[in-house]
Amino acid sequence: MKHHSSSGRPYISDPAASSRLTLLAVSLVILWPMLELAQFQPWLLLNPENIEVLGNFLVQFIPPNTEADFLRIVLVATIETLAMATAGIALAILIAVPLGLTISHSLSISRIGPGSNYLLSKFIRYIARFLMLFLRGIPEIVWALLLVRIFGLGPTAGVLAIAITYGGMLSKVYSEILESGNTLPARALLVAGSGRLAAFLYGLLPSTAQELASYTVYRWECAVRASVVAGFVGAGGLGQLMDQSMKMLNGGEVSTILVVFFILVLLADNISLLIRKQLE
Amino acid sequence: MSTLTDLKIARQFCIKCLVIFFTIIGLTIWSFTFLGLNPIRFFSFFADSNIAPFIARFFSPDLSTPYLLRIGNGILETLSISAIATLLASIISIGLALPTAGRFGPTAKSITRFLCNFLRSVPELVWATIMVLAVGLGPFAGTLALTLHTAGVLGRLFGETLENHPTANNTALVNSGSGRVAAFLYGTLPGIYPQLLSYSLYRWEMNIRMATILGFVGAGGLGQMLFYELSLLREPKASTVIIAMLLLVMVVDAISNKLRAAQLHSMG
Repeated sequence: MKHHSSSGRPYISDPAASSRLTLLAVSLVILWPMLELAQFQPWLLLNPENIEVLGNFLVQFIPPNTEADFLRIVLVATIETLAMATAGIALAILIAVPLGLTISHSLSISRIGPGSNYLLSKFIRYIARFLMLFLRGIPEIVWALLLVRIFGLGPTAGVLAIAITYGGMLSKVYSEILESGNTLPARALLVAGSGRLAAFLYGLLPSTAQELASYTVYRWECAVRASVVAGFVGAGGLGQLMDQSMKMLNGGEVSTILVVFFILVLLADNISLLIRKQLE
Repeated sequence: MSTLTDLKIARQFCIKCLVIFFTIIGLTIWSFTFLGLNPIRFFSFFADSNIAPFIARFFSPDLSTPYLLRIGNGILETLSISAIATLLASIISIGLALPTAGRFGPTAKSITRFLCNFLRSVPELVWATIMVLAVGLGPFAGTLALTLHTAGVLGRLFGETLENHPTANNTALVNSGSGRVAAFLYGTLPGIYPQLLSYSLYRWEMNIRMATILGFVGAGGLGQMLFYELSLLREPKASTVIIAMLLLVMVVDAISNKLRAAQLHSMG
């Protein structure tokens, strides 16, 4: 099969071959040091010792451990995970509401005109923004790792870790929601001399309450997953249990916990969907 | 925008809303009691115990040159883990996308769909723990763990992209005598390529974040450094690692926001 180019010379292969090959070569040159850094050694997968350890572990996955005693422990840990997510989000809201209200431009009096405390409010807004960035920039599992050192093993560290990260996350989204809606009523109130809080309650909240609540419920769903992950460093719940079973290479227990985790995530998704439908 | 009718609805008394509201409040209070948490106690806890010195040590990060060089190496390692994992996962996902989009019949479709769902449902940290058993401690375990999870996510997304893409070009090539592989490479891939690339970049961003913490189970990168320093009670060094993590996430955030804004702009 031959195609002809405009000059009459037949294309026997890909007309863009040379540029594609150059691109491939350049990518390989960039990729090489990265492969070195990541210690990319696929032959390790074929190491007989490793295969034996992993094989013995994975073989135990079937059947999952269904002893009554163990299932009871898993049930308590599951409830603990749900409680951690709920308590964590509740505390996160306490952090996010004042922070979000401080950051949001819709409630900024200095944006309307030169106020008396122009510089001070600008400074406070910067501090609040930095705090928000700091809280949500550090992953929840890092907070959990640090807090476990303060509060010891158990759910307290997990709850606080979720409260801190999700507090930062919610405050960012709250401030964005407050800015994206109809901000004219709040502005009118501020111009007429109303206080910031009153302008929020009467000018912004009525039109944005549904979106704020809906997003918070969605974040609760994410927090359920996050509290399992935080548990991996000893912060309680299903994650801590999974970590323990993993360390003891008890495959049966791990597979039970994984199945419960899937069900829990599905359940949380559906609860969150149900509540959000009611809000509409 | 709230219209007049919206305002009328908002004023109506809604018994269902009240029931939901108080159920949520009740369950929240129950959560605190179940966990034995008393938010007010936190403050007295901070006042009583000697954690103030522990926290104070974080305020003097180790900024000596040799340690900063190690941090730089850790950042590069984290970036490499995420980049290679995303690349491998994209390649695997193109292979998974064909059966997921139903190109090889319904049986293959449901099998690969299940496989993708399974791969992405297992959290990255669990994959990492398993991979540490498979290849030992180090960044390679993290790379494999991220590859497996990302392959599940991208396999599904790529499959959906392929399914929604018109097949006319592909069919034209096959009908004029081209092989099936060539028809895919020249007829279908150029059309879906931008979408696949944008999905992969989006996952890369998430994988950088994930790669920073996978080290907690021994899978390399900045996370492993942090875990190590905290275990040795070297808070100043741990503090430097945390600052590096924060900076990395912020830089990635800023770049991706810029790119997204540029993309939106170019789309008009």
